[in-house]
Amino acid sequence: MNHEAPMYEFMGLWFNLSNVLMITVASIIVLIIAVVCTRNLSMKPTGKQNFIEWVMDFVRNIINSSMDWKTGGRFHVLGVTLIMFIFVSNMLGLPFAVVVGHELWWKSPTADPAVTLTLAAMVVGLSHYYGVKLKGVGGYGKDFFKPKAFMFPLKIVEEFSNTLTLGLRLYGNIYAGEILLSLLAGSLAFSTWWGTLMAIPLTVVWQGFSVFIGSIQAFIFTLLAMVYISHKVNHDH
Amino acid sequence: MLINSYALGASAGAFNGGDIIFTIFTFALLLLLVKKLAWGPLMGVMKQREEYVASEIEEAEKSRKEAITYLDEQRELLKEARSEAQLLIENAKKQADVQRQEITKVAHEESERMKESAKLEIEQQKEHAVAAIREQVASLSVLIASKVIEKELSSEDQEKLINEYIQEAGEGR
Repeated sequence: MNHEAPMYEFMGLWFNLSNVLMITVASIIVLIIAVVCTRNLSMKPTGKQNFIEWVMDFVRNIINSSMDWKTGGRFHVLGVTLIMFIFVSNMLGLPFAVVVGHELWWKSPTADPAVTLTLAAMVVGLSHYYGVKLKGVGGYGKDFFKPKAFMFPLKIVEEFSNTLTLGLRLYGNIYAGEILLSLLAGSLAFSTWWGTLMAIPLTVVWQGFSVFIGSIQAFIFTLLAMVYISHKVNHDH
Repeated sequence: MLINSYALGASAGAFNGGDIIFTIFTFALLLLLVKKLAWGPLMGVMKQREEYVASEIEEAEKSRKEAITYLDEQRELLKEARSEAQLLIENAKKQADVQRQEITKVAHEESERMKESAKLEIEQQKEHAVAAIREQVASLSVLIASKVIEKELSSEDQEKLINEYIQEAGEGR
Protein backbone atom coordinates (compact mmCIF):
# COMPACT_ATOMS: atom_id res chain seq x y z
CA MET A 1 0.00 0.00 0.00
CA ASN A 2 2.99 2.23 0.01
CA HIS A 3 2.09 4.32 -3.00
CA GLU A 4 4.52 6.85 -4.26
CA ALA A 5 3.91 9.81 -6.42
CA PRO A 6 5.30 9.77 -9.94
CA MET A 7 7.69 12.67 -9.58
CA TYR A 8 9.42 14.18 -12.53
CA GLU A 9 11.86 17.05 -12.72
CA PHE A 10 11.57 19.55 -15.48
CA MET A 11 13.51 22.82 -15.65
CA GLY A 12 14.40 22.64 -11.98
CA LEU A 13 10.76 22.18 -10.91
CA TRP A 14 9.34 18.97 -9.54
CA PHE A 15 6.11 17.84 -11.11
CA ASN A 16 3.87 15.24 -9.58
CA LEU A 17 2.74 13.73 -12.84
CA SER A 18 -0.37 12.20 -11.33
CA ASN A 19 -1.46 15.67 -10.26
CA VAL A 20 -0.73 16.99 -13.71
CA LEU A 21 -2.74 14.19 -15.26
CA MET A 22 -5.70 14.48 -12.90
CA ILE A 23 -5.90 18.27 -13.09
CA THR A 24 -5.91 18.00 -16.85
CA VAL A 25 -8.61 15.32 -16.76
CA ALA A 26 -10.74 17.33 -14.34
CA SER A 27 -10.35 20.46 -16.42
CA ILE A 28 -11.27 18.64 -19.60
CA ILE A 29 -14.35 17.12 -17.96
CA VAL A 30 -15.45 20.50 -16.64
CA LEU A 31 -14.89 22.04 -20.02
CA ILE A 32 -16.84 19.28 -21.76
CA ILE A 33 -19.73 19.67 -19.31
CA ALA A 34 -19.73 23.43 -19.74
CA VAL A 35 -19.53 23.30 -23.52
CA VAL A 36 -22.02 20.47 -24.00
CA CYS A 37 -24.52 22.14 -21.71
CA THR A 38 -24.34 25.44 -23.55
CA ARG A 39 -24.85 24.17 -27.07
CA ASN A 40 -28.14 25.09 -28.69
CA LEU A 41 -28.97 27.77 -26.17
CA SER A 42 -32.56 28.91 -26.28
CA MET A 43 -34.83 31.30 -24.47
CA LYS A 44 -36.84 28.41 -23.15
CA PRO A 45 -34.22 26.27 -21.43
CA THR A 46 -34.44 22.49 -21.65
CA GLY A 47 -32.50 19.63 -20.11
CA LYS A 48 -28.81 20.40 -20.21
CA GLN A 49 -29.31 24.11 -20.31
CA ASN A 50 -31.52 23.90 -17.24
CA PHE A 51 -28.73 22.12 -15.42
CA ILE A 52 -26.02 24.64 -16.28
CA GLU A 53 -28.38 27.51 -15.51
CA TRP A 54 -29.09 25.92 -12.17
CA VAL A 55 -25.34 25.86 -11.50
CA MET A 56 -25.07 29.51 -12.54
CA ASP A 57 -27.97 30.50 -10.31
CA PHE A 58 -26.56 28.48 -7.45
CA VAL A 59 -23.25 30.35 -7.64
CA ARG A 60 -25.08 33.62 -8.13
CA ASN A 61 -26.95 32.99 -4.90
CA ILE A 62 -23.69 32.21 -3.10
CA ILE A 63 -22.25 35.50 -4.30
CA ASN A 64 -25.41 37.43 -3.50
CA SER A 65 -25.33 36.16 0.05
CA SER A 66 -22.03 37.93 0.71
CA MET A 67 -21.99 40.96 -1.58
CA ASP A 68 -24.21 42.86 -3.96
CA TRP A 69 -24.33 41.77 -7.56
CA LYS A 70 -22.78 44.97 -8.86
CA THR A 71 -19.47 44.15 -7.23
CA GLY A 72 -19.92 40.40 -7.09
CA GLY A 73 -20.94 39.86 -10.70
CA ARG A 74 -17.34 39.90 -11.88
CA PHE A 75 -16.58 36.87 -9.69
CA HIS A 76 -19.37 34.80 -11.15
CA VAL A 77 -17.19 32.99 -13.68
CA LEU A 78 -14.58 32.36 -11.00
CA GLY A 79 -17.20 30.89 -8.70
CA VAL A 80 -18.76 28.74 -11.41
CA THR A 81 -15.38 27.41 -12.52
CA LEU A 82 -14.28 26.81 -8.93
CA ILE A 83 -17.35 24.88 -7.89
CA MET A 84 -17.42 22.77 -11.05
CA PHE A 85 -13.68 22.08 -11.01
CA ILE A 86 -13.59 21.14 -7.34
CA PHE A 87 -16.72 19.04 -7.56
CA VAL A 88 -15.45 17.10 -10.56
CA SER A 89 -12.03 16.75 -8.90
CA ASN A 90 -13.61 15.39 -5.73
CA MET A 91 -15.63 12.89 -7.70
CA LEU A 92 -12.72 11.67 -9.81
CA GLY A 93 -11.06 9.75 -6.98
CA LEU A 94 -14.23 7.95 -5.93
CA PRO A 95 -14.79 5.18 -8.48
CA PHE A 96 -11.26 3.82 -8.49
CA ALA A 97 -7.60 4.58 -7.98
CA VAL A 98 -5.05 3.53 -10.55
CA VAL A 99 -1.70 2.37 -9.34
CA VAL A 100 1.02 1.71 -11.87
CA GLY A 101 3.96 -0.09 -10.35
CA HIS A 102 4.30 1.61 -7.00
CA GLU A 103 3.05 4.95 -8.23
CA LEU A 104 -0.47 6.25 -7.68
CA TRP A 105 -1.71 7.81 -10.89
CA TRP A 106 -5.48 8.12 -10.70
CA LYS A 107 -6.82 9.99 -7.68
CA SER A 108 -8.61 13.19 -6.85
CA PRO A 109 -6.37 16.15 -7.65
CA THR A 110 -7.92 17.80 -4.61
CA ALA A 111 -6.46 15.02 -2.44
CA ASP A 112 -3.12 16.74 -2.76
CA PRO A 113 -2.34 19.70 -0.47
CA ALA A 114 -0.27 21.40 -3.14
CA VAL A 115 -3.29 21.67 -5.42
CA THR A 116 -5.81 22.77 -2.82
CA LEU A 117 -3.44 25.25 -1.22
CA THR A 118 -2.66 26.64 -4.64
CA LEU A 119 -6.34 27.19 -5.28
CA ALA A 120 -6.77 28.73 -1.83
CA ALA A 121 -3.77 31.00 -2.30
CA MET A 122 -5.09 31.99 -5.69
CA VAL A 123 -8.45 32.94 -4.19
CA VAL A 124 -6.85 34.94 -1.37
CA GLY A 125 -4.45 36.55 -3.82
CA LEU A 126 -7.38 37.52 -6.03
CA SER A 127 -9.18 38.97 -3.03
CA HIS A 128 -6.17 41.22 -2.36
CA TYR A 129 -5.90 42.16 -6.00
CA TYR A 130 -9.55 43.14 -6.24
CA GLY A 131 -9.37 44.86 -2.86
CA VAL A 132 -6.70 47.17 -4.21
CA LYS A 133 -8.40 47.52 -7.57
CA LEU A 134 -11.85 48.41 -6.24
CA LYS A 135 -11.01 50.42 -3.12
CA GLY A 136 -7.63 51.87 -3.98
CA VAL A 137 -4.42 51.33 -2.06
CA GLY A 138 -5.59 53.60 0.76
CA GLY A 139 -8.96 51.96 1.28
CA TYR A 140 -7.37 48.54 1.00
CA GLY A 141 -4.65 49.38 3.56
CA LYS A 142 -7.09 50.96 6.00
CA ASP A 143 -9.06 47.74 6.17
CA PHE A 144 -6.19 46.16 8.08
CA PHE A 145 -6.71 48.61 10.94
CA LYS A 146 -10.46 48.15 11.25
CA PRO A 147 -12.27 48.08 13.51
CA LYS A 148 -9.37 48.92 15.87
CA ALA A 149 -5.70 49.57 15.12
CA PHE A 150 -4.42 46.88 17.46
CA MET A 151 -6.18 44.31 15.33
CA PHE A 152 -3.52 44.73 12.68
CA PRO A 153 -1.38 41.70 13.62
CA LEU A 154 -4.47 39.54 13.85
CA LYS A 155 -5.55 40.70 10.43
CA ILE A 156 -2.19 39.71 9.00
CA VAL A 157 -2.39 36.32 10.63
CA GLU A 158 -5.94 35.96 9.39
CA GLU A 159 -4.84 36.20 5.77
CA PHE A 160 -2.48 33.26 6.17
CA SER A 161 -4.85 31.25 8.29
CA ASN A 162 -7.59 31.85 5.75
CA THR A 163 -5.42 30.46 3.01
CA LEU A 164 -4.35 27.48 5.08
CA THR A 165 -7.81 26.56 6.35
CA LEU A 166 -9.39 27.05 2.96
CA GLY A 167 -6.91 24.75 1.27
CA LEU A 168 -6.43 22.20 4.01
CA ARG A 169 -10.13 21.77 4.73
CA LEU A 170 -10.72 20.64 1.18
CA TYR A 171 -7.56 18.54 1.09
CA GLY A 172 -8.26 16.88 4.41
CA ASN A 173 -11.82 15.92 3.58
CA ILE A 174 -11.05 14.47 0.20
CA TYR A 175 -7.78 12.85 1.20
CA ALA A 176 -9.34 11.20 4.22
CA GLY A 177 -12.12 9.89 2.04
CA GLU A 178 -9.66 8.41 -0.41
CA ILE A 179 -7.56 6.82 2.33
CA LEU A 180 -10.57 5.09 3.74
CA LEU A 181 -11.66 4.01 0.29
CA SER A 182 -8.24 2.58 -0.50
CA LEU A 183 -8.15 0.89 2.89
CA LEU A 184 -11.56 -0.65 2.31
CA ALA A 185 -11.05 -1.66 -1.26
CA GLY A 186 -7.32 -2.32 -1.05
CA SER A 187 -6.61 -3.79 2.36
CA LEU A 188 -9.83 -5.03 3.89
CA ALA A 189 -11.08 -6.61 0.69
CA PHE A 190 -7.96 -8.73 0.37
CA SER A 191 -7.45 -9.64 4.03
CA THR A 192 -9.80 -12.56 4.74
CA TRP A 193 -12.96 -13.91 3.18
CA TRP A 194 -15.23 -12.13 5.64
CA GLY A 195 -13.17 -9.03 5.13
CA THR A 196 -14.06 -9.16 1.47
CA LEU A 197 -17.70 -9.66 2.39
CA MET A 198 -17.66 -6.66 4.72
CA ALA A 199 -15.72 -4.49 2.33
CA ILE A 200 -18.48 -4.42 -0.29
CA PRO A 201 -21.26 -2.72 1.71
CA LEU A 202 -18.81 -0.52 3.57
CA THR A 203 -17.27 0.71 0.35
CA VAL A 204 -20.68 1.44 -1.11
CA VAL A 205 -21.71 3.38 1.98
CA TRP A 206 -18.45 5.29 2.13
CA GLN A 207 -18.58 6.14 -1.56
CA GLY A 208 -22.06 7.51 -1.11
CA PHE A 209 -20.92 9.54 1.83
CA SER A 210 -17.91 10.76 -0.14
CA VAL A 211 -20.18 12.01 -2.92
CA PHE A 212 -21.99 14.00 -0.28
CA ILE A 213 -18.73 15.25 1.27
CA GLY A 214 -17.32 16.13 -2.14
CA SER A 215 -20.38 18.21 -3.04
CA ILE A 216 -20.43 19.93 0.33
CA GLN A 217 -16.73 20.73 0.16
CA ALA A 218 -17.04 22.17 -3.35
CA PHE A 219 -19.89 24.34 -2.10
CA ILE A 220 -18.01 25.40 1.05
CA PHE A 221 -14.84 26.22 -0.85
CA THR A 222 -16.75 28.44 -3.29
CA LEU A 223 -18.79 30.02 -0.51
CA LEU A 224 -15.72 30.85 1.58
CA ALA A 225 -13.81 32.09 -1.45
CA MET A 226 -16.64 34.53 -2.10
CA VAL A 227 -16.80 35.53 1.56
CA TYR A 228 -13.06 36.24 1.68
CA ILE A 229 -13.24 38.23 -1.53
CA SER A 230 -16.24 40.16 -0.28
CA HIS A 231 -14.38 41.07 2.92
CA LYS A 232 -11.72 42.73 0.83
CA VAL A 233 -14.06 44.25 -1.71
CA ASN A 234 -17.03 45.46 0.34
CA HIS A 235 -16.97 48.98 1.70
CA ASP A 236 -18.91 48.59 4.91
CA HIS A 237 -17.07 46.03 6.96
CA MET B 1 4.54 2.17 7.08
CA LEU B 2 0.92 2.78 6.22
CA ILE B 3 0.81 6.06 8.14
CA ASN B 4 4.03 7.11 6.52
CA SER B 5 2.75 6.61 3.02
CA TYR B 6 -0.26 8.89 3.52
CA ALA B 7 1.52 11.61 5.38
CA LEU B 8 1.78 15.10 4.03
CA GLY B 9 5.24 14.52 2.68
CA ALA B 10 4.15 11.80 0.36
CA SER B 11 5.81 13.47 -2.55
CA ALA B 12 9.20 12.03 -1.63
CA GLY B 13 10.41 15.12 0.12
CA ALA B 14 10.78 17.23 -2.98
CA PHE B 15 8.95 20.56 -3.21
CA ASN B 16 6.58 20.13 -6.12
CA GLY B 17 6.58 23.69 -7.39
CA GLY B 18 5.71 22.36 -10.79
CA ASP B 19 2.31 21.22 -9.54
CA ILE B 20 1.59 24.65 -8.18
CA ILE B 21 2.44 26.36 -11.42
CA PHE B 22 0.56 23.76 -13.39
CA THR B 23 -2.50 24.10 -11.16
CA ILE B 24 -2.56 27.86 -11.50
CA PHE B 25 -1.95 27.71 -15.22
CA THR B 26 -4.56 25.05 -15.89
CA PHE B 27 -7.13 26.70 -13.70
CA ALA B 28 -6.59 30.04 -15.38
CA LEU B 29 -6.91 28.40 -18.77
CA LEU B 30 -10.05 26.58 -17.68
CA LEU B 31 -11.45 29.84 -16.34
CA LEU B 32 -10.80 31.54 -19.64
CA LEU B 33 -12.26 28.73 -21.72
CA VAL B 34 -15.34 28.39 -19.56
CA LYS B 35 -15.89 32.12 -19.76
CA LYS B 36 -15.45 32.20 -23.53
CA LEU B 37 -17.31 29.04 -24.43
CA ALA B 38 -19.99 28.62 -21.80
CA TRP B 39 -20.45 31.52 -19.42
CA GLY B 40 -20.50 34.24 -22.04
CA PRO B 41 -23.16 32.80 -24.31
CA LEU B 42 -25.20 31.52 -21.40
CA MET B 43 -25.18 34.89 -19.68
CA GLY B 44 -26.15 36.42 -23.00
CA VAL B 45 -29.15 34.15 -23.25
CA MET B 46 -30.08 34.63 -19.61
CA LYS B 47 -29.85 38.38 -19.97
CA GLN B 48 -31.88 38.20 -23.15
CA ARG B 49 -34.51 36.18 -21.35
CA GLU B 50 -34.52 38.59 -18.46
CA GLU B 51 -35.08 41.46 -20.85
CA TYR B 52 -37.71 39.46 -22.66
CA VAL B 53 -39.55 38.73 -19.44
CA ALA B 54 -39.28 42.33 -18.36
CA SER B 55 -40.60 43.58 -21.67
CA GLU B 56 -43.38 41.00 -21.61
CA ILE B 57 -44.41 42.12 -18.16
CA GLU B 58 -44.36 45.71 -19.29
CA GLU B 59 -46.38 44.79 -22.34
CA ALA B 60 -48.89 42.90 -20.22
CA GLU B 61 -49.24 45.82 -17.86
CA LYS B 62 -49.74 48.17 -20.76
CA SER B 63 -52.38 46.01 -22.37
CA ARG B 64 -54.09 45.62 -19.04
CA LYS B 65 -54.27 49.37 -18.69
CA GLU B 66 -55.56 49.61 -22.24
CA ALA B 67 -58.16 46.98 -21.53
CA ILE B 68 -59.35 48.92 -18.51
CA THR B 69 -59.63 52.05 -20.60
CA TYR B 70 -61.56 50.16 -23.24
CA LEU B 71 -63.82 48.66 -20.63
CA ASP B 72 -64.60 52.07 -19.20
CA GLU B 73 -65.27 53.37 -22.66
CA GLN B 74 -67.54 50.47 -23.45
CA ARG B 75 -69.39 50.91 -20.20
CA GLU B 76 -69.91 54.55 -20.95
CA LEU B 77 -71.15 53.68 -24.41
CA LEU B 78 -73.51 51.09 -23.03
CA LYS B 79 -74.90 53.56 -20.57
CA GLU B 80 -75.40 56.08 -23.35
CA ALA B 81 -77.09 53.50 -25.54
CA ARG B 82 -79.37 52.51 -22.74
CA SER B 83 -80.44 56.04 -22.01
CA GLU B 84 -80.92 56.64 -25.68
CA ALA B 85 -83.11 53.58 -25.94
CA GLN B 86 -85.09 54.80 -22.96
CA LEU B 87 -85.56 58.13 -24.67
CA LEU B 88 -86.67 56.45 -27.87
CA ILE B 89 -89.24 54.36 -26.03
CA GLU B 90 -90.47 57.41 -24.21
CA ASN B 91 -90.82 59.30 -27.46
CA ALA B 92 -92.61 56.42 -29.13
CA LYS B 93 -95.02 56.19 -26.22
CA LYS B 94 -95.74 59.87 -26.39
CA GLN B 95 -96.29 59.72 -30.12
CA ALA B 96 -98.56 56.74 -29.76
CA ASP B 97 -100.57 58.63 -27.19
CA VAL B 98 -100.93 61.60 -29.45
CA GLN B 99 -101.92 59.38 -32.32
CA ARG B 100 -104.46 57.57 -30.23
CA GLN B 101 -106.05 60.80 -29.17
CA GLU B 102 -106.15 62.03 -32.71
CA ILE B 103 -107.71 58.84 -33.99
CA THR B 104 -110.37 58.82 -31.30
CA LYS B 105 -111.09 62.46 -31.99
CA VAL B 106 -111.46 61.82 -35.69
CA ALA B 107 -113.68 58.80 -35.03
CA HIS B 108 -115.78 60.86 -32.64
CA GLU B 109 -116.21 63.61 -35.17
CA GLU B 110 -117.05 61.13 -37.85
CA SER B 111 -119.71 59.48 -35.74
CA GLU B 112 -121.09 62.88 -34.78
CA ARG B 113 -121.27 63.84 -38.40
CA MET B 114 -122.99 60.58 -39.33
CA LYS B 115 -125.47 61.01 -36.53
CA GLU B 116 -126.18 64.53 -37.69
CA SER B 117 -126.78 63.46 -41.24
CA ALA B 118 -128.95 60.58 -40.10
CA LYS B 119 -131.03 62.98 -38.03
CA LEU B 120 -131.35 65.28 -41.01
CA GLU B 121 -132.52 62.49 -43.18
CA ILE B 122 -135.05 61.36 -40.60
CA GLU B 123 -136.40 64.89 -40.40
CA GLN B 124 -136.64 65.03 -44.14
CA GLN B 125 -138.43 61.72 -44.30
CA LYS B 126 -140.84 62.88 -41.60
CA GLU B 127 -141.56 66.03 -43.55
CA HIS B 128 -142.13 64.00 -46.62
CA ALA B 129 -144.47 61.70 -44.81
CA VAL B 130 -146.44 64.58 -43.22
CA ALA B 131 -146.70 66.28 -46.63
CA ALA B 132 -147.98 63.05 -48.18
CA ILE B 133 -150.57 62.60 -45.39
CA ARG B 134 -151.68 66.16 -45.82
CA GLU B 135 -152.13 65.69 -49.50
CA GLN B 136 -154.11 62.55 -48.97
CA VAL B 137 -156.28 64.08 -46.28
CA ALA B 138 -157.00 67.03 -48.59
CA SER B 139 -157.92 64.83 -51.48
CA LEU B 140 -159.96 62.65 -49.14
CA SER B 141 -161.81 65.70 -47.86
CA VAL B 142 -162.47 66.81 -51.40
CA LEU B 143 -163.70 63.34 -52.19
CA ILE B 144 -165.93 63.28 -49.13
CA ALA B 145 -167.24 66.70 -49.96
CA SER B 146 -167.99 65.77 -53.53
CA LYS B 147 -169.76 62.58 -52.37
CA VAL B 148 -171.85 64.60 -49.91
CA ILE B 149 -172.73 67.08 -52.51
CA GLU B 150 -173.53 64.36 -55.06
CA LYS B 151 -176.15 62.78 -52.90
CA GLU B 152 -178.64 65.01 -51.01
CA LEU B 153 -179.00 62.89 -48.11
CA SER B 154 -180.62 63.08 -44.75
CA SER B 155 -178.65 63.93 -41.75
CA GLU B 156 -178.78 60.34 -40.73
CA ASP B 157 -177.62 59.18 -44.05
CA GLN B 158 -175.03 61.88 -43.99
CA GLU B 159 -173.73 60.74 -40.74
CA LYS B 160 -173.80 57.18 -41.91
CA LEU B 161 -172.04 58.08 -45.02
CA ILE B 162 -169.40 60.15 -43.24
CA ASN B 163 -168.74 57.33 -40.88
CA GLU B 164 -168.61 54.94 -43.79
CA TYR B 165 -166.06 57.06 -45.53
CA ILE B 166 -164.08 57.66 -42.47
CA GLN B 167 -164.07 53.97 -41.99
CA GLU B 168 -163.04 53.60 -45.56
CA ALA B 169 -160.35 56.13 -45.14
CA GLY B 170 -159.15 54.34 -42.01
CA GLU B 171 -159.05 51.11 -43.91
CA GLY B 172 -157.39 52.69 -46.92
CA ARG B 173 -154.55 53.87 -44.96
